[in-house]
Amino acid sequence: MPHAAPAAGPAPVLLDAAAGVPMGPQARAALLAALDDGWADPARLHGAGRRARQLLDGAREALADGLGVRPDELVLAPGGCAAARWAVQGTRLARRRAGPRVVHSAVEHSCVLHAVGDDGTAVPVDRLGRVDPAAFAAALEGGAALACLTAGSHEVGTRQPVAEVAGACAAAGVPLHVDAAQAVPREPVPAGWSLLTADARTWGGPASVGLLAVRTGTRWRSPLPGTAREEGVDLPAVLAAAVGLQAAQALGPAEAARQRGLVDRVRARVAAEVPDVEVVGDPVDRLPHVVTFSCLYAEGEALLTALDRRGFRVSSGSSCTADTLEPSHVLVAMGVLTHGNVRVSVHAGTTADDVDRFLAVLPDAVAEVRRAAGVEGL
Amino acid sequence: MSAEGLPPPDVVLDCLGRPCPVPVVELARAAQRLPAGTVVEVVSDDPAARADVPAFCRMRGHAYLGEAARDVGTGLRVRVA
Repeated sequence: MPHAAPAAGPAPVLLDAAAGVPMGPQARAALLAALDDGWADPARLHGAGRRARQLLDGAREALADGLGVRPDELVLAPGGCAAARWAVQGTRLARRRAGPRVVHSAVEHSCVLHAVGDDGTAVPVDRLGRVDPAAFAAALEGGAALACLTAGSHEVGTRQPVAEVAGACAAAGVPLHVDAAQAVPREPVPAGWSLLTADARTWGGPASVGLLAVRTGTRWRSPLPGTAREEGVDLPAVLAAAVGLQAAQALGPAEAARQRGLVDRVRARVAAEVPDVEVVGDPVDRLPHVVTFSCLYAEGEALLTALDRRGFRVSSGSSCTADTLEPSHVLVAMGVLTHGNVRVSVHAGTTADDVDRFLAVLPDAVAEVRRAAGVEGL
Repeated sequence: MSAEGLPPPDVVLDCLGRPCPVPVVELARAAQRLPAGTVVEVVSDDPAARADVPAFCRMRGHAYLGEAARDVGTGLRVRVA
């Protein structure tokens, strides 16, 4: 295969951290060491198997600790999406008498929506992307197998009223699944959930590790065939996920506050310096690292390309950037512009200089796209 | 929303087969030249237009009136400000 010549200029800047960040040095070291030390089947009773079991137990303990749960409450899934799917499927299996209906916010991740399928009731969100706890409680009337609420989505970052909805779910006798893929490891998730899912890719772990925590006492059954509770546990990857989570959480609230400051800067300067733009989502009560905005008359795909050419890797919820050619269901639910959408998410490796350089080129990139489309001055 | 109760359009913009942001761009161009109060119907089969036309109206102060059923696509009615 021919190799492209290395591009000149500074290395591209990743501002799409919500989709995953590269593996850090500690997780990488753990992964490499485990390829030699933890290759065996932990179910085997020989020396190599026992060593693998020991490593797996340690990793499970560390991951459980990171989520604030007991090791026996943690289920290792082959990815964040699988974890969310298992949460939905396993609860439906264990609560057949409650019927298949799942009540969820309109802004859940597509992994959750796909798992829910047709037997779902979507609770609308306001312009900031937040559900009304009273409306959520009303939707629970008549019973449900499960309720799903993200702590904050990868698209808009607005925090959801998890504690209030958890109270409504408890009153209705319906377990609550919280998708914490974006909250972990940046901030604690409010208590009251029955099931919680997280995705190692978002803290620089391998994509093959998802976490499902099932609180003791919650009716849940593994959707796997037979008696298996877990399947395909990739031990080196799990070790890397555990070490990566510890490394990310060791940065503590100071790092979350730093990311919050970077996003504050993006929010303020985009609104001030890009004409005809709408910065959406809650400006304050939100996850630290995500912001999305839409540029009137601009095409999302053209914006991504124009920014990529300038060395910045961002994401978009515009329909032209989606496999499905459908606009982001999150932006639609919020009633905000879906075209010309740019989603920026920062991580521990994002510097203030990265953000400033992005903000310096953004107005020109937007103007270029609008000029090419002949929509200036509208 | 049905076309019943919606005022009839004075101007129809046919944006069938044209992806977003084209329907919003065409509406913005029309709104620039048409007198205030004109009822415009944007006909689009792009799913994004159903979200973007109301959002555009909110941002620009036009009145979004609702959707009218069409044989192909949807008629999105707007009273320009």
